[in-house]
Amino acid sequence: MTISITVNTVERSFDIQPGEVLLDVLRREGYLEVKGSCHSGDCGACTVLLDGRPVASCLILAAKADGHAVTTVRGIGDQAHPHVLQQAFVKNGAVQCGYCVPGAITSAKALLDENSDPTEEEIRLAMDSNYCRCSGYEQQVEAVLDAAAQLRKGDTK
Amino acid sequence: MSIERKGFRHLTEGSYPATHVVGKSVDKVDSYALASGAPMYTDDIAARDFPNRLHGKILTSPIANGVITSIDTTAAEALPGVRLVLTWKNTPRTFYTTAGQGWPEPSPYDNQMFTERVRFIGDRVAAVFADSEDIAKQALKLIKVNFKEEPALLDADDAMKPGAPIVHPEDPKGAYDSAHNVAAHLDINVGDVDKALAESEVTISETFQTHYAQHTPMETHTAFAYTDDMGKIVIVSSTQVPWHVRRIVSRILGLSMSKLRVIKPRIGGGFGTKQEILIDDLVAYGTIKTGLPCEIELTRKEEFVSARTRHPMKIDMSIGCDRQGHFRALKMYVLSNTGAYGSHSLTVMSNTGSKTLPLYNKATDVRFFGDAVYTNLPVPGAYRGYGATQGYAALETTIDDLAAKLGMDPIELRKMNMIRVGEGSPIFEALGEGRQGVAQTITSSSLPTLIDLGAKAIGWTEKRGKRTRNGHKVRGVGMSMHMQGSGIPLIDMASASIKLNEDGSYYMTMGATDIGTGSDTILSQMAAEVLGITMDKISVLSSDTDLTPFDVGAYASSTTFVSGGAVVKAAKAVRNQIFSVAAEILGEELDQQLVTAEPKVEYDNDQPDPILSFYHMEDGNVLSVRSGKKVSVSDIAYRAYYEVNQHQIATTQSFVSPHSPPPFAAHFVEVEVDELTGKVEVLKYVAAVDCGVSINPDLVRGQVMGAVANGIGFALTEEYHFGPHGNMTNPSLFDYKILSRRDMPPTEVIVVDNYEPIGPWGAKSVAEIGINGPIPAIGNAIFDATGIRLHRTPYTPDKVLAALRGKSI
Repeated sequence: MTISITVNTVERSFDIQPGEVLLDVLRREGYLEVKGSCHSGDCGACTVLLDGRPVASCLILAAKADGHAVTTVRGIGDQAHPHVLQQAFVKNGAVQCGYCVPGAITSAKALLDENSDPTEEEIRLAMDSNYCRCSGYEQQVEAVLDAAAQLRKGDTK
Repeated sequence: MSIERKGFRHLTEGSYPATHVVGKSVDKVDSYALASGAPMYTDDIAARDFPNRLHGKILTSPIANGVITSIDTTAAEALPGVRLVLTWKNTPRTFYTTAGQGWPEPSPYDNQMFTERVRFIGDRVAAVFADSEDIAKQALKLIKVNFKEEPALLDADDAMKPGAPIVHPEDPKGAYDSAHNVAAHLDINVGDVDKALAESEVTISETFQTHYAQHTPMETHTAFAYTDDMGKIVIVSSTQVPWHVRRIVSRILGLSMSKLRVIKPRIGGGFGTKQEILIDDLVAYGTIKTGLPCEIELTRKEEFVSARTRHPMKIDMSIGCDRQGHFRALKMYVLSNTGAYGSHSLTVMSNTGSKTLPLYNKATDVRFFGDAVYTNLPVPGAYRGYGATQGYAALETTIDDLAAKLGMDPIELRKMNMIRVGEGSPIFEALGEGRQGVAQTITSSSLPTLIDLGAKAIGWTEKRGKRTRNGHKVRGVGMSMHMQGSGIPLIDMASASIKLNEDGSYYMTMGATDIGTGSDTILSQMAAEVLGITMDKISVLSSDTDLTPFDVGAYASSTTFVSGGAVVKAAKAVRNQIFSVAAEILGEELDQQLVTAEPKVEYDNDQPDPILSFYHMEDGNVLSVRSGKKVSVSDIAYRAYYEVNQHQIATTQSFVSPHSPPPFAAHFVEVEVDELTGKVEVLKYVAAVDCGVSINPDLVRGQVMGAVANGIGFALTEEYHFGPHGNMTNPSLFDYKILSRRDMPPTEVIVVDNYEPIGPWGAKSVAEIGINGPIPAIGNAIFDATGIRLHRTPYTPDKVLAALRGKSI
């Protein structure tokens, strides 16, 4: 079947097989910034925004995304124009192997869109399903606090 | 210097040379690309460059022990889209080890690509390459295999007993005594330990058992191969050891190294499991046989069941001392379960003694001995901490009990017996990695400071022994102390090349294998420091067997110290070549012996590099000390490449060291034990570490935090569960519980820099040591809180509750 998804603000249509999950379709179509890891919704590496809400793309049937908007980490920012969150991850030493980072930043973006001044506990809760095996999480949490502070400062300017 | 923020303190001890790039938390060189999801990991590259590649799947054994009596692949081969089916019948029969280690290889040659015998649930039976993953999966179901099942050996305690099933009846080369399932054996004696124990005023003997656990890198093992335009087989692999992959695959397949290239792209974490050749042979052989690009990406379940784990160990630990606590005797026996194959069996067991016992060098009589035994269970391998983690679990727990027996503060007992600067230990020389070691003298240590700062941070004096109670919850504090190494002395070799570009920037290639640690970054910092440039003036390519020089790879905490040594030497050699041309331009004399002399890694305050009394690097210029004149490095390059006495300014340097300066750590923890449920909650964790000079403090903190997080998981929640037939019953990240963001307790990292005179820019290692603390420190805190002593990990509620009930009965 053919589905149409707005990916990072560009409307695209994809031929998919029955039962295919969003992660596999996105990667096949070149959105390689979405990383697969557990394929069972446990680790959060493949997190994307579906109409602004964070979802594990390995659990969502691609057909369910038909007619909806998907944002990947590249839709949040890229190397040439990094988002404040991406800069904060870099500046806080929160990127080690980096495999979890696209998913972690995507979850953090969804949080900051709803809550511009989250507490540390709120950050940990919002990103709890984004596993990281390298960092022990502390510098990633600090990065989100840092980004939130910068974004708030930007708002008041 | 002192940096202090919540959760992180960075202090320095002693004095050392001023630096402008080293010691700064510069941006990790790949971090913007990684944070925006650039396609840099193995599967990303395969998907981008080879959309029509074949996908491989592996059929694994459903039984723990037995023989394949027949295997029929005709139906699988007939399935449309299937391109190749591999079994023992049509693959090379070379014996090898999957352990990616140096040469000669210390692990037994007990592996073949495929064999008629299966030795654990998850062992390779066959592999299929097909046009899609779905077709490959369907084909696996069409392979008809008949097994003759044999009794399985599922308990390491039974391995050496008469009548036990023999896991490797073929008697593999390098196995110590396969007729009794002993893959490796060690017995190291210093003095007479039994006599010393008998004569000691106070003795203690305990047995400690650790469990099966896994690395769980976010990226599973992934590799693909293709044939390049010149007919060379190229393997792109998520590996920690590209050169060992090339050497081992070339041996297995009988392929010249000139026809094989291994590339390591970005890696999604390793922690030791990717120091292993698990799928590289298959993708290479698949490509040779089909002529098409072939990829294998392990699923999370396959990663748990078939990839590598940590060696479970049963350790008998005895200590003898006088009534004041002065150690005389240390005796450690290790029974290591190496599962179905002996990967890293000898060397992990070596480190269980060699990285732990020298910490208490006041003991005069020491025996370390052990057996690594085969079982029909999953295969352990290299895992961050590499045996030291298990050794410290036993040693630091026993010392805590000894302190209680002596009525001493465990900190005082440790301080009385610990190794200090200027001292050695006979163990260093007696026991290396799988062979004799190399004598070492400690040349730097902040350990006394680490203990004091850590104790203060946790509130040791106020909290210890107080058993503060809140209803059915009771609190306690515990600590432990550790050292590791920095590479394997006289074995690990690294090399690096640096060349100068015309505009005064540099290109560095090196074998060092960045697996997410940040080694590309910190090694660039070391070179930039020597060359007097900022980070934007150097670019780096690492880990490509065709394009970069050799390195053993990312393991044994070697990269910062050993690869760093090669980088510092290369930077100094290139700098000296630049000085030589500067002297030409300025018309000044410069002794060519100073230019060509082999550069030193170490910094010696009393004997500075003699060439520096003639020239300095400064902001992209060479400054003449004698005349005060400056000449730009760019002008030097243009002259050398295009104008006069033309030659390339470039070098390749290697480094191997007789030293392996240990980093030190002191870990402190406060726990709360729920006496109703048995749940142990970590309230606060403090990890204090001395890794020499922190080349990049933020990355040091990340290494320590990551190791502690993994260690707390190992201590409290992460565990392989087995069914009655040796089948792992929890192979998912849902059922195998690693710490999440909310599980992670408040953790303070205290880094106390201390210039290591023999290290590159004063650095030692940091990656592994942090994982050694949580088991003993948490166990000691549970003891402080409740008086119960657990000798079996992980400290799950069922064990705590059982111990609490046992105590009250």
